[in-house]
Amino acid sequence: MKLDTETKDRLIAAMAQAIASHAGELTDLDRAIGDGDHGSNMKRGFDAVLADRANLASKPLPDMLKALGTHLVMTIGGASGPLYGTLFMALGKDIPAEPSLADAARAFAAAVNAVKARGKATTGEKTMLEVLQPVVDVLQASVSNPAGLGDRVKAAADAGLESTKPMKASKGRASFLGERSIGHLDPGARSSQLLAHAVIGVLAAQPALEGGRLS
Amino acid sequence: MTANSRVGIVIVSHSAEVARGTVDMVRQMVGHEVPVAASGGNPAGGLGTDVASIIAAIKKVWSPKGVAILVDLGGAETNSEMAIEMLPEAWRGKVVICNAPIVEGAVMAATEAAGGGTLEQVRATAEELAP
Repeated sequence: MKLDTETKDRLIAAMAQAIASHAGELTDLDRAIGDGDHGSNMKRGFDAVLADRANLASKPLPDMLKALGTHLVMTIGGASGPLYGTLFMALGKDIPAEPSLADAARAFAAAVNAVKARGKATTGEKTMLEVLQPVVDVLQASVSNPAGLGDRVKAAADAGLESTKPMKASKGRASFLGERSIGHLDPGARSSQLLAHAVIGVLAAQPALEGGRLS
Repeated sequence: MTANSRVGIVIVSHSAEVARGTVDMVRQMVGHEVPVAASGGNPAGGLGTDVASIIAAIKKVWSPKGVAILVDLGGAETNSEMAIEMLPEAWRGKVVICNAPIVEGAVMAATEAAGGGTLEQVRATAEELAP
């Protein structure tokens, strides 16, 4: 699938909008179990991305993703900076300019593995990985059966987010709370779910994705 | 021995004041022979850490013997790892993050560095304090 400049621009705008319009909620979630800066940090990062959207959207997809990740690393200012920065930078490194669904699934899996390495984390630890890993699984399963891909990605992200509520955190600032982290949604999982919905919202409107086909 | 023949030290805290205060303590307790730089606060000036500022601090104290970084909480470590990866390739293997309490570790690391210790010795000395 080839994403034209306009679609790339809409992807950037949709992700930035999703974060900006939920910054207060992300900060409230983080205040419950972290240090209360996830919303403002993510908004600062995506504001910087948004300010550069014309330049970013004009680049080939791999270069756009790498540059977007660098913006996040340089502007977020919390642990989310390197984590989301690594996600986008690694995705840009592995994805071709005109990816098939198989290419996208493979590149996204590699990017999520890079996030695991960066955060020295895995699933089950109440982090953004509870959303990202199920999305990887859906993408990989969809390569042979792409019907309803967009809805399945959104459902996987939603279920992943909900799964963080009863979990006890063992990574990041929330791990200081131990048992008291149980019962709260993880803010990083929420921001990942918001971004997944934003991306699907734009790509689902693409003729190329109608009927679940991405190529 | 010139400053360049000693391992450099970088202090990375979520708070600019903690980072600067730690540098002050190192200077007072160890002296001025060891290059020490502070990086604290997020890109907007609030609490947090800033990859660009960490890279600048590493460059400021760069020595062929290497640079040891002391960090406070999680994001400081992750952002320091990111900063190391964004350095010129020839430098990357010569910058390490010490698993040690930030203030005590900085003083111990600087003491070892002042005596001409290698990067590994500096890190080991700081990490003797690790819980």
